Amino acid sequence: MKIKNTINTIINNNKKALAIFLTAGFPNKNKFIDYVKATLDGGADILEIGIPFSDPLADGPVIQKSSTLALKENFRMKDIFNYIEEIRKYSDIPPILMGYANPINKYDKEKFLIDAANCGVEGLIVPDIPLEEYDFFFPAEKHNLEIILLTTPTSSSERIKAIDKKSEGFVYCVSVTGTTGADKKFDDYTMEHLRRTYSLITKNKMMIGFGIGKPEDIRKFYDYSNGFIVGSRIIKSILEGIEPDGISNTVALFKNACN
Amino acid sequence: MKNYNVPDKSGKYGIYGGQFVPETLIGALESLEQVYLKLKNDKNFLEKLNELQSEYNGRPTPLTFANRLTEYYGRAKIYLKREDLCHTGAHKLNNALGQILLSKYLGKERIIAETGAGQHGVATATVCAKFGMQCVVYMGEEDIERQKPNVFRMKLLGAEVRPVSSGSKTLKDATNEAIRDWVTNVKNTHYIIGSVVGPHPYPMIVRDFQSIIGIETRAQILSKENRLPDYIIACVGGGSNAIGIFYPFLNDESVKLIGVEAAGEGLDTNKHCATLTLGTPGIFQGMYTYLIQSEEGQISEVHSISAGLDYPGVGPEHSYLKDKSRVEYGAVTDQEALKAVDLLTRLEGILPALESAHAIAYLEKMIETTDKDDIIIINLSGRGDKDLATLINHSGNKL
Repeated sequence: MKIKNTINTIINNNKKALAIFLTAGFPNKNKFIDYVKATLDGGADILEIGIPFSDPLADGPVIQKSSTLALKENFRMKDIFNYIEEIRKYSDIPPILMGYANPINKYDKEKFLIDAANCGVEGLIVPDIPLEEYDFFFPAEKHNLEIILLTTPTSSSERIKAIDKKSEGFVYCVSVTGTTGADKKFDDYTMEHLRRTYSLITKNKMMIGFGIGKPEDIRKFYDYSNGFIVGSRIIKSILEGIEPDGISNTVALFKNACN
Repeated sequence: MKNYNVPDKSGKYGIYGGQFVPETLIGALESLEQVYLKLKNDKNFLEKLNELQSEYNGRPTPLTFANRLTEYYGRAKIYLKREDLCHTGAHKLNNALGQILLSKYLGKERIIAETGAGQHGVATATVCAKFGMQCVVYMGEEDIERQKPNVFRMKLLGAEVRPVSSGSKTLKDATNEAIRDWVTNVKNTHYIIGSVVGPHPYPMIVRDFQSIIGIETRAQILSKENRLPDYIIACVGGGSNAIGIFYPFLNDESVKLIGVEAAGEGLDTNKHCATLTLGTPGIFQGMYTYLIQSEEGQISEVHSISAGLDYPGVGPEHSYLKDKSRVEYGAVTDQEALKAVDLLTRLEGILPALESAHAIAYLEKMIETTDKDDIIIINLSGRGDKDLATLINHSGNKL
């Protein structure tokens, strides 16, 4: 309930929650932790950490590149758990993992949930596990982590309700059809989709992700979400060589838009 | 096997298959399945498809008795199912024709496809030309290099070929990029997957469209020999030509089915793509199936001289058939496949695709166990014109 409570506290203060995505082990093993700390110092409310995968289907070129670089730096699954332990020593904010199904399955998915929870992970997003495969991948009745599900502009109203029912922590609302990336074009349809999804989600709080590239995007969608997830925009800056201080400032600008 | 009936309602072949895709695609997969299930028994649709298969694709393809190859080995009688004689040079058009008709019923205006050897890309570009549809084909940069003639063919046909530079720059990466395109443009785009891979309902739809190979083969061998064959051999990358010829024989226990994978530079190296021979189950490109992957669950970079087999996964139905021991899977190396190209060309005057040459090469491994009364059918899935550059390089000659 940690994630849910975090979001609720922010909403009760009439603010929106800000989640920042970073790829584990990127740009390398040591610097990754510096960037995590910078992100937290900048004011992130939730930390979403991506597990690198060789074939990240839901990701655009920027996050793909960060994933490839982390794997080149010899990222191993066990690194995640060390990172989380270190992060939890630094801050109390809840970490969420985002990982594709295969590495988790190969690790042993039941054991993964236990090991992740034991080192302080609170939530998990698996973008290639839709409702259809949920029971295959998460067969237990209760999970050690809050399993967060996604809605997209192509989800029917019935599905959005079903996803809301099953999702824990929050519902991840994907803003537009497509892969992750800060270069998305938002149109009238985007607004209509966000409004519709926001009205259908009743059990959970809703966070918007994919394409949130500037603080203005948060202001534009402010009334149709409980929070925002920023990923590619930050990764792109790191790829361009921006140091942790700079990232901290960028996060603060997004945070400001959430207030 | 008796009463063979997969996939089940959730798109599973035993434990394999399924729909491991981002939420964005679920709606499109649902409508594809609904439309397909309605059309597959629709008289009008089937008439249209049959007419295209005969008048445009040139079906039925012959079942040729390979008399000199048979004499060479002096064992079982060897027949070749001549998918190399399909329009565009391989079995791929069987599926592309079916799917372009489906896309019309789905009301889509844009077609995308992935391609390895370029045969599926050419088939898709061909049906898009025939039906006046916009066509984008994703192809790995390494494959563009080794299958140049097919790249030119696709461009001549009006398709846009988008080079893919991520990962190993081969079929798996082209497939990733096609899926990403589909996730982005799903509203107006139909994705014509070229093999029995990907999320349900694709492996089922592609199998059904390819099973015309086996249906014809069955009628042809009964008319020529008055009995079923003892062996059917086909190469397996994703596995569409193999499923196509195997499927109508799955309930006939007496027919031994053999799928041949690419052993690349050898099964004891890490340069192969013998997924069923050496892989382990996992989740990749929408399906649960055998994969070549690391201990950490990262998908491995694989190798075959044949671009069409150079893929770290395999169709989920093959995974199921392997576990059920209904199909036996073996592997042959690049060198063995090259030798088989020579052999078939010299003895039968047929230049096989490097992919199909893997099936021919497997004769060396099993023919000694057969005798003169046995009948072997090899699915000659495509012709080798596209491979001339590779063949020339390996022969040490120059054009």
